[in-house]
Amino acid sequence: MKYVDANLVAKKMNGRLAANHISQIIFLLATLIGLVVLVILFYRVLMDGLGWINFDFLTNRLSTRPERAGIMGALLGTLWLMIVVAPVTMLLGIGTAIYLEEYAKKGRMHSFIQTNISNLAGVPSIVFGILGLTVFVRGLGFGNIVLAGGLTMSLLVLPIVVVASQEALRAVPQFLREASYGMGATKWQTIKNVVLPAAIPGILTGLILALSRAVGETAPLVVIGIPALLIPFPNGIFDKFTVLPMQIYYWTIDASIVEEYANLAAATIVVLLVVLLIMNSIAVMIRNKYQKRY
Amino acid sequence: MTDERDLRVRDMIQANKRTVTFNSIIEKCIPTILFIIAIISILTTIGILFTLIRETIYFFRDVPFLDFFTGTKLKPLGDAAEFGILPLLTGTFISSAIAMLVAIPIGLMSAVFLSEYASDKVRRILKPILEVLAGIPTIVYGFFAFTFVTPLLNRFIPMLEPTNILSPGLVMGVMIIPMIASLSEDAMSSVPNAMREGALGLGSTKLEVTWRVVIPAAMSGIISSFVLGISRAIGETMIVAIASGSSKNFTFDVTQSMQTMTAYIVEVTGGDAPAGSTLYYSLYAVAFTLFVFTLIMNLIAQYISKKFREGY
Repeated sequence: MKYVDANLVAKKMNGRLAANHISQIIFLLATLIGLVVLVILFYRVLMDGLGWINFDFLTNRLSTRPERAGIMGALLGTLWLMIVVAPVTMLLGIGTAIYLEEYAKKGRMHSFIQTNISNLAGVPSIVFGILGLTVFVRGLGFGNIVLAGGLTMSLLVLPIVVVASQEALRAVPQFLREASYGMGATKWQTIKNVVLPAAIPGILTGLILALSRAVGETAPLVVIGIPALLIPFPNGIFDKFTVLPMQIYYWTIDASIVEEYANLAAATIVVLLVVLLIMNSIAVMIRNKYQKRY
Repeated sequence: MTDERDLRVRDMIQANKRTVTFNSIIEKCIPTILFIIAIISILTTIGILFTLIRETIYFFRDVPFLDFFTGTKLKPLGDAAEFGILPLLTGTFISSAIAMLVAIPIGLMSAVFLSEYASDKVRRILKPILEVLAGIPTIVYGFFAFTFVTPLLNRFIPMLEPTNILSPGLVMGVMIIPMIASLSEDAMSSVPNAMREGALGLGSTKLEVTWRVVIPAAMSGIISSFVLGISRAIGETMIVAIASGSSKNFTFDVTQSMQTMTAYIVEVTGGDAPAGSTLYYSLYAVAFTLFVFTLIMNLIAQYISKKFREGY
């Protein structure tokens, strides 16, 4: 008696193998869709915008006339925004991470703060805009200045920095801390002189990624109320300002009025993407160069 | 002799402990300072809740609760202003549904390919591309939807309006693909190889292993990635604000312009609503509804991945 009918097995096996093969190709194609969209997107933006990028475009003030409009104001605005966001998120993010990882006892308070941070990461950015509008712009009476926008952005990207810093601190091996204690160092001396220096590449990477998120974020600033046509350059954190994504937004929605605005928007997108590319490359470089494995 | 020296060291330690130096003050203050910093994240949550709830209460003094949640007309300006949130809710759900129809199948298939089929080399090329896709600012996607996808769709669907919900929905789906792909891939990669090898040893093909072993085992992670994707789609702002226009249609026709909750907030804040008006308060009522929806989604995702996680 034959337990296995070889012919039947072979027949069935062919179909199963074919299904496996076909689905492998489908899965590959699905993965490539992302790549295709990315290529089309870059191609479109470059075609529309590259011809408009020149020295004047980068250094001129904003203007209603497309051929005279420049984005220097938006570039400076983005820079000033970063000058607020970088130190604030660094202080708040690293401070929170050190507290959670090094000082807090694993208890109710610890898990409460931790849960709260992961929930904050899921809050839509526009809700942070409402918070900024209510508290910073109106409540404290700042108006729509760099400081108000920067503080709002800082709260928005805070969870990114906290989580990245926590991972970096956790990756510092316990024996380094114990060696430091063994030499008679106190807890803060250990953190300051041993743990933080060892964790700083990971923390910096997270910080730069958070900043690049803030550079590209638009929704909270729309809510705070950034003027569409701001001629004077911002000269400090108490000035009114505009940023690159805001300018893209206004030029895109006004493209139905003046056609060339679409080209200006595309050109600004190219500049924005270049800025983001530089920031992300720095982050990757820091990660590859300084990250030690213990 | 040794005793004496011991005593001296002990005395020195005692003396050291008694003297209050700058360093010892810092040592005592640091935990408190760090605690205060850590509390700021909680204050942020409280701040969000407080501002949203307070102004929403003011809003419901002007507009009855039921009218808001069952009203099919949203006409915030003019004398006979009506505040029904249903047009915004349908807009939000339709755009999110379109996005998920794109993102779930493609994201899941990408995850399967990356985790089960791709060689290390291919994975090392494809993953960074997905990461780039995830890092593009949403305003760029909005520009892309408005100036490229809508005109492209218009060739196949002639009655498509220049602003419509279909095009931002599709682009939003592309935006969410990397998120679902990478979270699902994480879940699948954490399924132990022994389970795959067991199934392969019994004569399964790779497809059967994926379908019957890996996906069921990684189900909690996969589902929670879907839920997080939905939450992301509901909260997405710039793509819909640019490409879907501002008509507050109560309709299910995807070729028409619709407004989402997020786009409504953008429109109202852009128009400088006078503080204290019903229009101004409606901003908070809509934002609060949005906040509640995304919070529920995020809590569901956390619950699923915690509750149904299989330990290996």
